[in-house]
Amino acid sequence: MTPPPGSLLCAEQLRKVYGPTVALDGAEFSIHPGEVVAVMGPSGSGKSTLLHCLAGIVTPDSGTIMYQDRELSAMSDGERSALRRSDFGFVFQFGQLVPELTCVENVALPLRLNGTPRRPAEQAALKWMERLEVDDLAKKRPGEVSGGQGQRVAVARALVTEPRVLFADEPTGALDSLNGERVMELLTDAARTTNAAVVLVTHEARVAAYSDREIVVRDGRSRDMERAV
Amino acid sequence: MSIGHTLLGLLEAGPRHGYDLKRAFDEKFGHDRPLHYGQVYSTMSRLLKNGLVEVDAVEAGDGPERKRYAITEAGVTDVERWLTTPEKPEPYLQSTLYTKVVLALLTQRNAADVLDVQRAEHLRGMRILTDRKRKGDLADQLICDHALFHMEADLRWLELTAARLDKLRQAVTR
Ligand SMILES: Nc1ncnc2c1ncn2[C@@H]1O[C@H](COP(=O)(O)OP(=O)(O)OP(=O)(O)O)[C@@H](O)[C@H]1O
Ligand SMILES: [Mg+2]
Repeated sequence: MTPPPGSLLCAEQLRKVYGPTVALDGAEFSIHPGEVVAVMGPSGSGKSTLLHCLAGIVTPDSGTIMYQDRELSAMSDGERSALRRSDFGFVFQFGQLVPELTCVENVALPLRLNGTPRRPAEQAALKWMERLEVDDLAKKRPGEVSGGQGQRVAVARALVTEPRVLFADEPTGALDSLNGERVMELLTDAARTTNAAVVLVTHEARVAAYSDREIVVRDGRSRDMERAV
Repeated sequence: MSIGHTLLGLLEAGPRHGYDLKRAFDEKFGHDRPLHYGQVYSTMSRLLKNGLVEVDAVEAGDGPERKRYAITEAGVTDVERWLTTPEKPEPYLQSTLYTKVVLALLTQRNAADVLDVQRAEHLRGMRILTDRKRKGDLADQLICDHALFHMEADLRWLELTAARLDKLRQAVTR
């Protein structure tokens, strides 16, 4: 497949079947650097499956995924997980922070796993925590912070490696609207400063309104809403 | 929105001239639509006739812009009543959208497309409001939020209707 010009990550004709369930049935996707794309659609339509395929967490049964000029399915498992660690960041709905570590240690963790020594890793972590306005929680453990604060810590952790693509699956799903929108504001601001692309799965229109463009997934097929009009 | 009640409310802080009222209105409430002078003066003459305001001072010369208006007791009561009476929830948009969807089904057009196009349009509007909200002050944020929640409600209805399109088709084409 030839990726659309300027595309960073794109997918064509994705199909994924779980037993009798067709989770993806010809889904398409494409995103540029610095672009925020919302993935919307009813529950069970295949949004998370699409995100997992794009991030190389789930292997589709057929179809192609290109990241820059590499085909994801042509990589070995080791290459794919190396790519996830170096180029991708992840935020999910809940439960992603390691409860035994302090918040700053949590944020520094991806850098530590990539071999960065403790001090510079925690310095970089603090910088991101400042940007997400949670630097005062550095020494607290996840159990001692609120849901909204924890989610900002999780966003800081996803961005600390300055990923090229940030994958966010219902990042505000567990928050009230004020906190949810604040997280979106900070997340999109932070992504813009690093020119990261953001794949944002959400069923909330007010959250999707922070995106540049949306696609809607229905019954495993995606529709680019730009082209709907 | 009731311009009369809003102008009355602005007068509660103290007497003002018509042009001053217009300026205060535009600054606080006229984000999209500043008032015309004509609207101000026609509203004020109606309020005068109903005894809700009185002319508190008239400067030399003529023309409506010479008058300074003050709120009356009856005016204060009227503002109070307006503020304590809830607004009717307006089903304005749904009825148009519903008509479009049903008509699309009746004429064998693609009703899902009607919904999708509307959905994209709503989200486009929500993006513009969200952007304005991010750049604006607290007043902008509150005003934009209200519009955003309304558009979100419409969007949820569009989603729900899209999910029930087959049933709706059966019901209307029976
Ligand atoms: N690991 C799995 N094993 C079996 N079935 C799965 C698995 N993952 C997803 N599915 C099925 O695939 C379909 C798509 O699921 P997916 O999680 O992608 O939906 P979604 O759009 O993210 O829904 P939601 O909005 O509820 O999160 C569903 O029917 C789901 O039950
Ligand atoms: Mg999901």
